[in-house]
Amino acid sequence: MSPNALLSVSGLSKRFGAYRALDGLSLEVAAGEILGLVGPNGSGKTTAINVISGVYAADAGTIRFDGRPVGGLPIHRRARLGINRTFQVPKPFRSLTVTENLEVASAHSRSGDNQIRECLELLALDSVAGREAASLTSAQQKRLDLARALVARPRLLLVDEIGAGLNPAELQLMAQTLLAIAGSGVALLVVEHLLGFLRAVASRVVVMDAGREIFEGPLDLAARDPQVIDVFLGR
Amino acid sequence: MPRGGWYSVGVVLMFAVLPFVYGNHALLFNMMMYLVLAQGINVLFGFTGYLPFGYVGFFGTGAYGTSLAILLLHLPPLPALLVGAAAAMLVGLVLAPLLKLSGAYFAIASLAASEVVYYIVSNPHLTPLTQGPYGISLVQTYNAAQSYAVMVAVLALALGAVVYLRNSNLGLALQAIREEPISAGFAGINVVRERTRAWLLSAALAGLAGGVYAWHVSVFYPKPVFDLSISVFAIVFTLFGGAATLLGPVVGTLLLYGLYNWIGISQPEYFQLVFGIVIVVLVLFLPNGLMSLLRRIRVDVP
Ligand SMILES: Nc1ncnc2c1ncn2[C@@H]1O[C@H](COP(=O)(O)OP(=O)(O)O)[C@@H](O)[C@H]1O
Ligand SMILES: [Mg+2]
Repeated sequence: MSPNALLSVSGLSKRFGAYRALDGLSLEVAAGEILGLVGPNGSGKTTAINVISGVYAADAGTIRFDGRPVGGLPIHRRARLGINRTFQVPKPFRSLTVTENLEVASAHSRSGDNQIRECLELLALDSVAGREAASLTSAQQKRLDLARALVARPRLLLVDEIGAGLNPAELQLMAQTLLAIAGSGVALLVVEHLLGFLRAVASRVVVMDAGREIFEGPLDLAARDPQVIDVFLGR
Repeated sequence: MPRGGWYSVGVVLMFAVLPFVYGNHALLFNMMMYLVLAQGINVLFGFTGYLPFGYVGFFGTGAYGTSLAILLLHLPPLPALLVGAAAAMLVGLVLAPLLKLSGAYFAIASLAASEVVYYIVSNPHLTPLTQGPYGISLVQTYNAAQSYAVMVAVLALALGAVVYLRNSNLGLALQAIREEPISAGFAGINVVRERTRAWLLSAALAGLAGGVYAWHVSVFYPKPVFDLSISVFAIVFTLFGGAATLLGPVVGTLLLYGLYNWIGISQPEYFQLVFGIVIVVLVLFLPNGLMSLLRRIRVDVP
């Protein structure tokens, strides 16, 4: 384990019945770094985020956050330590207003009204602050998901396919936003299918297949790696 | 004054003053009882999404806890009421694992749990303790005026609890849990603990209502205080008015319990017909109750 990793995962396994969704995954992310996580559909990317964030318990392996094992903690304890996430399908509090969505998260972290206002602006939600979350477009709901995570003052942010369904202009803004978040010292694990988007944000990627890592390094090298090419194009 | 505060004061004052100008005190008392139960359902369903068909179990437990505290511990009614509420909360604590169930499973499991409490309380073998099926008689503490006044206080407490939830971070947290429990966890909320708190608050309100009811009527049998129709009434009143608001359950109870007393007691078959139609119309056209009509025209409902 490298000394400056904020998140350090090793040997992570998760089965659903007999199916191995994660099969000994290991990875590390440092503060301020954006690590991309790619892999074909069903390779276990969302499951990795679910296990690291506490939605599922791992069957084996360790999750260390800031040097301390967090694998046994419930979601809210991990969130209070600084682990937060967005969802592939956004999960806002639908009948609450956008502002109330963020108030819920700020009440349990040390962030105040200022933080809520900043996040609304950062994610271009200030114009819909008073609207019910259910009435937002899906792109807006994705940004609300991210805003809710930010208001909780994360040190590690797990982002699950936030680019899907965004138009090019929205994608570019989102890339800038993620870079700004990392610039403030937050570690990001970004699961993404859109390689152009990933190239704009991630300095390093981990490629997964069938629940385990098959490549780790710069994205451009991944594109030339025979095993990676095989997994993406070969079958 | 917090949102909904003045409405609550108005409702409480109305029930404090009405006995001096309106003779049917039994109706007023029962209406308050259902207002409390409807708000108790509201605390649980409106703010956490759990619909407890066995809610009457807490009411019955409160009635018995209070009565037995009077009969066996020789406590005066007021401290006995606290025992009744504590007993209901204790049952709630024992049943808290039911909150792991979702939707219909929870509704039915809570109903079964309430039946279990009923069978224990009414068991003939426990006659020395609970009077079993022969019922309770509290004639020595009977005091209609005092027990009415205490129900007014319990009503104030129930409304106060919902006003608090409508205006506090706890209320917002509970609604967040209802909508997306996983996201609520990532908002830093201890989902299990907050849910359990709402469940216990809801249990305590029903326990208090049951205790004051026992004191007020002073003679009762186990069956009526564990009668499923008490749950159904409280649930329908709440849904009809609109859960997760302060006013919804109040308006629902005043209208439907008023209707019940107008035609239900003399012609129960018509009432059941009307009640049935109301439920169907509600489910089909107004799933969020009367208050959602007001919200649709942009009235901010407390
Ligand atoms: N809750 C679950 N129950 C059963 N199988 C699941 C569950 N979640 C994920 N899986 C399975 O695990 C595999 C990996 O899923 P996932 O992590 O969502 O993949 P990815 O995000 O990489 O597309 C898939 O085959 C999926 O069907
Ligand atoms: Mg996925």
